[in-house]
Amino acid sequence: MLSGEPAQWMWEGLVTTMQIATISLLCAMLLGIVICVFRMTPFKLLQWFSLAYTEFFRNTPLLVQIFFWYNASHFVLPEALNKWMNVLYYWFPGPFTLFGHEYAGQWMLFNVEFMTGVIALTVYTSAFIAEEIRAGIFSIPKTQIEASRAVGLSFTQAYRYVILPQALRIVIPPLISQSLNLIKNSSLCMVIGVTELMFMARQVESYHGAPFEAFSAALLIYLVISLFVSFGITMYNKHFLIQVRY
Amino acid sequence: MHWNVVIDNFDYFLWGRASVDWVFPFVHDVGGMASGIILAFFGIIGAFWIGLAAGLMRLSRRWWIKYPAVIYIEIIRGIPLLLLIFWFFFLAPVLLGRSLPAFSTTLACFIIFTGAYIGEIVRAGVLALPNGQMEAARGSGLSRYQAMRYVILPQALRNMIPSFVNQFVSLTKDTSLASVIGVNELTRTGVQVDNREMIASFEIWITIAALYFCICYVLTSISHRMEAHLSRYQARDR
Repeated sequence: MLSGEPAQWMWEGLVTTMQIATISLLCAMLLGIVICVFRMTPFKLLQWFSLAYTEFFRNTPLLVQIFFWYNASHFVLPEALNKWMNVLYYWFPGPFTLFGHEYAGQWMLFNVEFMTGVIALTVYTSAFIAEEIRAGIFSIPKTQIEASRAVGLSFTQAYRYVILPQALRIVIPPLISQSLNLIKNSSLCMVIGVTELMFMARQVESYHGAPFEAFSAALLIYLVISLFVSFGITMYNKHFLIQVRY
Repeated sequence: MHWNVVIDNFDYFLWGRASVDWVFPFVHDVGGMASGIILAFFGIIGAFWIGLAAGLMRLSRRWWIKYPAVIYIEIIRGIPLLLLIFWFFFLAPVLLGRSLPAFSTTLACFIIFTGAYIGEIVRAGVLALPNGQMEAARGSGLSRYQAMRYVILPQALRNMIPSFVNQFVSLTKDTSLASVIGVNELTRTGVQVDNREMIASFEIWITIAALYFCICYVLTSISHRMEAHLSRYQARDR
């Protein structure tokens, strides 16, 4: 199990998991911030859009969303994006050696499944991220912005120097745990054939008839990732968390 | 658009091939949304007791009670539910000597998985009560068990109800994962109809998302209302 083909498969699966999680996390952060800003704007239409977006994507299962994007995305996505997604994009660094094993490259495989997974995870996670950020900003008492406006700061300055520095400290721990959720959720992408860790564990199980070893390895890998992340949150809380003043 | 595909199969989405007769469980072959709700309902009931035990064990001061709960909660919270389901599905035959039906496997997985999250909710709920409650209860002569049973838990559990509802919502969403190992619930009926008809993917998946949304949104709204209502009666430090 620790050598040869299974190990290589699991390694490739882990790499794909990290790729899909990283790309989705970055996109979801951007999209989440945009959705959250929509909610804060005085325009009713944007507020309604943001509300509908967060409520819809938070209250439907990710699996259904993945199936939706995979089977029915050509109804909603623009034509050009669909065409682009259906072409294979490789970024191929060539074979490399790690711990004495030859690995056959294939680091990034931007096929349509991967792209679909990225879209589904991005949209799903961005709804949660938007809510987290909004909750963080709303947890800063209103008197803070009133006071900073009274002191003579402009609206932007008040946000830049008073509200956001406090809100970010509240928002960052939930955002870290959202990114952990994202890594765990990326396992669902196996149902459409993204070759990530769960898919590879399943493949090792069916090719080599070793369910216990395959799923134990996957469990250990996920567990190590999550322990690292929760350690990070603990460290963050120890060093940076301040009490908001009322 | 082919909405007629959805309309023709709507009963299949709702309760699958369910049939009623006079043989014991009376309703047979329940599938679709009904089986998802059954899974979520029994899942949350089982998970409540496991979670209550795990949460209280984690609060214990004896290491041999505390650490099993810590390990259980941390492991389960660290892995995806899909992994747990596969783990169970492939290892239950090895451990039990016979294969379990997919429905029972997923139900067991949901109970174990949600139990860990509810354990954390219980722990947070008990810790959120002001220290004075426990001190006053112990001071008036109750034992630690009695104080927990009659003073702390009644208050803590009531404050936890919104979190339980939220957990129920996410469990309802998680029942879609049962389709991966072949339980015939809403998502799987969607896959089946989609694969059979092939022309109505958009309509089918929008319908299924809407069905999930109906359940989850109603429950989320209820939990928000309850949160606002219950926070008025919470014991506070000040």
